[in-house]
Amino acid sequence: MLDKELRSMIGDVKDGRMDRRAFIQRLAAVGLTAPMANQILAIGGVAMAQSPSPYPPTKRGGGGPLKLLWWQGPTLLNPHFATGTKDQDGSRLFYEPLASWDVDGHLNPILAAEIPSIKNGGLAADGKSVTWKIKPGVKWHDGKPLTADDLVFTWAYASDPATAAVSISTYADMSVEKVDDLTIRLVFNKPTPFWANAFVGAYGCILPKHLFADYKGSKSREAPTNLAPVGTGPYKFVEFKPGDLIRGELNPEYHMPNRPHFDTIEMKGGGDAVSAARAVIQTGEFDFAWNMQVEDEVLLRLEKGGKGKTTYAVGGDIEFIAINFTDPNTEVDGERSSIKTKHPILSDLAVRQALALLVDRESVKKAIYGRAGRTTSNYLNGPEDFVSKNTKWEFSVEKAIALLEKAGWKAGADGIREKDGKKLKFVYQTSINGPRQKTQAIVKQACQKAGIDVELKSVVASVFFSSDVANPDTYSKFYTDIEEFQIPMTQPDPALHMKRYISSQVASKDNKWQGQNFPRWVNKDYDAAIEAAETEIDPVKRAALYIKCNDMLWQDVVFIPVMHRLTVDACATALQPVVSGWANRTDNIQDWYRGA
Amino acid sequence: MSQYVLRRLLIAIPSLLGISAVLFFVLALAPGDPFSELATNPNVPPEVQAALRARFGLDDPIYLRYLHWLFAMAHGDWGFSFVSRMDVDRLILQRLPATLYVIGSAQVLALLIAIPVGVYAATKPYSLFDQIANTLAFIGFSLPTFFTGLLFILIFSVTLDWLPFVYTTDIKATGIHYVLEMIRQAIMPVAVLGLFQAASMTRFVRSAMLDVIRLDYVTTARAKGLGQAKVIVKHVMRNAMIPVVTLIALQMPAVFGGALVTEQIFRIPGIGSLLISSILSNDTPVVMAVTFVFACLVVLFNLIADVLYGWLDPRISLR
Repeated sequence: MLDKELRSMIGDVKDGRMDRRAFIQRLAAVGLTAPMANQILAIGGVAMAQSPSPYPPTKRGGGGPLKLLWWQGPTLLNPHFATGTKDQDGSRLFYEPLASWDVDGHLNPILAAEIPSIKNGGLAADGKSVTWKIKPGVKWHDGKPLTADDLVFTWAYASDPATAAVSISTYADMSVEKVDDLTIRLVFNKPTPFWANAFVGAYGCILPKHLFADYKGSKSREAPTNLAPVGTGPYKFVEFKPGDLIRGELNPEYHMPNRPHFDTIEMKGGGDAVSAARAVIQTGEFDFAWNMQVEDEVLLRLEKGGKGKTTYAVGGDIEFIAINFTDPNTEVDGERSSIKTKHPILSDLAVRQALALLVDRESVKKAIYGRAGRTTSNYLNGPEDFVSKNTKWEFSVEKAIALLEKAGWKAGADGIREKDGKKLKFVYQTSINGPRQKTQAIVKQACQKAGIDVELKSVVASVFFSSDVANPDTYSKFYTDIEEFQIPMTQPDPALHMKRYISSQVASKDNKWQGQNFPRWVNKDYDAAIEAAETEIDPVKRAALYIKCNDMLWQDVVFIPVMHRLTVDACATALQPVVSGWANRTDNIQDWYRGA
Repeated sequence: MSQYVLRRLLIAIPSLLGISAVLFFVLALAPGDPFSELATNPNVPPEVQAALRARFGLDDPIYLRYLHWLFAMAHGDWGFSFVSRMDVDRLILQRLPATLYVIGSAQVLALLIAIPVGVYAATKPYSLFDQIANTLAFIGFSLPTFFTGLLFILIFSVTLDWLPFVYTTDIKATGIHYVLEMIRQAIMPVAVLGLFQAASMTRFVRSAMLDVIRLDYVTTARAKGLGQAKVIVKHVMRNAMIPVVTLIALQMPAVFGGALVTEQIFRIPGIGSLLISSILSNDTPVVMAVTFVFACLVVLFNLIADVLYGWLDPRISLR
C-alpha cells in the first residue's frame, strides 16, 4: 500500500506536481530520514537536489586566517589510516571525496561533475552499479591532473588488506572500473541500496596515484605523503606537527569559484574542551573549536561575553543503556556472559520494561545535555524530522512498580524486590565521563524508589572501549547487567548501525569479543529483516524493514535510549561554518566564510 | 677523573637496561591498545584491527617485543609511532624546542629569584625580609601549578585580555615582533612554573646557607677583616652551593622532560603533552622512548652533579 503511494509520489516529484520538500516531509512522517528520502528519489529517477548553501563571498581569498582549535590534535594525515574523527578532520582540509554530505544530509558534489541518478544514467536500476563522472580540469596541488586512474587506485589501495587501511570495508565487496579518463563505474557484488558510501565523506577521500603508487600494500606506512598530503582541496599543505599543528594556505587553483574564503588555515591541537570553548567564545583567540563536550550550563555562561556562540548539528548519535541478555555471573567454557546462559532477572520482559520506565530522560536532558541532546524512544534516530511514530517513552516510578508487582517481584524485608529467591539487583557500568556518571546517579535514584538495587561501576574510557582480550571490563565483554555508552552513526544510512545486532554477531570468546552484538540479544525475525534489507533494492520496502528492526529493539527493550546527542561546536560570532551532523566537521570546509 | 667517569658510565648500562625492562613490561601489562578507537566504529571490521595489530607486532610475546625494541634502540632506531605512523625520534625532536624554551626559561627564572633571595634571607635570619620571603615561598609551593595556571589565565587572559593563553608555534611575525610575541606568549607558563620552582628552591638555598654561615671558618674569615660581600660570596656560598647543585642537576632532566600539567593547560606542544597524549592513546613506542630518554638524562645529570662536587669542593675526591 505504502509502496504504491510512494511510487505515485515519486512520479509527482518527477513531473513537478509535488516539490521535493513536501515529498521529504511526507516520508519523514512515515519515519524516513531525509538522506534516505533523497536516495529514494535518486533511485526513483529524480536528480538529487543539490542544495548548495548560500555562499556570498565573490572572490577567492581575502578572508584572513581561519584558526581552528581541536582539543585532540590530528596525529596523521592519511584519510585511509585515520583512526579517529580528528585525523579525518585534518586530512579533509587537503584531500577531497567525490561528494560530501551537506547540512540536511543531501549529497553535495565536490569532485563529481554531478550526483548519479537514474535519470542521468548514473544509477543502474538493479542497484548493482553506479557511474560517477569526475569534474574536468581538477588539478592536484602539485599540478598533475586528477583522472579516473586516481580513483581506481584509491579503491585498490584501500581494499588491499596488506595496506591495513581503516576504510577497507567501505571499498570491499565491489570493484571499480575506469570507463574513460573522467568516468568510473562502481560494480557491486550484490544489489547495494546505499551506494553513496565509497568515494563519499571522510573515507571517500581520493589519493593521488602518482604519489602513492609505490606505497600500496605492506609498504603503506613508509609513504612520505602520509604526513605531507598532496590533495585537491581548497587549502594546500604547509606544515604538520602531529598532535599539535596543521597549517595550510589557500589553493589558488581550487576548482570551485570564489573559494576558499580564507587565505590561510591552521588547526591547533591539545588541551581540553572547556578551555577550548573559552579560547573561542570568551577571548576570541580562535575561530572554531570542535566537539564541545562541556556542560551546557558552562557554555551558556561563556556565551554571555558575546565573542562567540555554540553551534549544533543533528546526526544520529545515540547514547543508550544496553541490557545484557546473558548471565554475567556464571562462567561457561571460560567466559562469562556466555550466549549459552540466560540472564536470571533481565530475561523477564517486565523487568526490562520497568527499567525503561525508570530512566528519566527529561531530567537527564535538563541536568546534563541541555541544548546538545534530544529525548527519544528510538535506537535509530535520523535527522530532526525522523521519529518512528510507533514508539513512545515515559518516566513513571508508579507504573514501573505496578509492572514489577504484577510480574511477581515483591518487596523484601530490606525494601529490595525479589522473586523466587532472586533479588532485583543490577550492576550498571559505563566509562568515566562526567555526564555519564550523572546519568548513572539519576537512574539509580529512580530505581531505588522502585525497589531495585543498582550498583554503579565506572571504567576508564581507554579500557572500556578497548578490544583488549585480557581485560574483563570492556564494553564488548559486558560482564555486568546493564551498561551505558554512545554509538555514533557515521553515515546517513542505517545499514551498519542496525546490522550490529544480528545473531551471528554475538560477542563471544570464539570471536575474541569482536562480535558487535554486545547485548547478546537473539531474535530470528530481526535477523531475517536485516538480511532482507541488505539486498532490498526497493527503497520503500527497505526503509520499512529498518523501521521494523528499530521497533523490535524497542518492543524487546534491548536498549533504553538515554539521549539523541547532537554535535556541539564553538564558533566565533562572525564565522559561518557549514557543519553536517552526518559527516566530519570539515566535510564542507570549502564553503566556510566569515560574515561582515 | 676520566677513569671515574668511565666507570660510572659503565655502571649506568645495567641500570638503564633494568629501567627499560621494567618500563617495557609495565607498559605491556597496562590495559588498552592503540587501536581501541576503532572498536566502536562499525565501518572498521575486526579483521582490519587484527591486521593492524599483526602489522605493528602487537601479537608477539612480550619478551620478543622487548628484545626487538632493545635491538632497534641500540641501532639508534627509536621506534615507530602507532598513532602518527612516523618515527618517534622525529616526533620528539619536533617537540623539544618548545619544551627547552619554556621549561628552561622557567628554571633560569627560578634560579634568578631563589639564589639572591635565599642568600639574602640567610644573612639576616628572622628579619622582616626573611619572614616575608619565607611566607611567600610557603604559599608558592603550596599552590599547585594547575591552580596558579588557571588563575593566571582568568586574570591575564580572560579579564584583562593582556596575554594569549594558547601557545602557538607558528607566529606570523618576523624579526623583533617575532621575539616579542614569543616572549609574550611564554610569560604565563614561565611565571607559573618558575615561581613554583623558585619557592621551594629559595627555602633550600636559605637553609643550606644557614648551615654554613655559622661555621668557625666563616667567623675566621670575618675576623681577618674581609668584607661582608666577600665572605658571603667566596666563603659561604661556594660551600653552601653543593647541595643546591645536586638539586639543580636533578631538575635538569625535567627541562627536557617537560611539565605535564602546565604544558597541557597552556597547550604548549612540548614533550610533556606528547607523553600525555601518547599515554591516552596507548602509543607505547612513544611513551617508551620518552620515558627511557628521561631515565638516561637522570643518570647522566647525576654523574654531572658528582663531577661538579669535585670542582666545588676539592676535598671530595673522585675515585
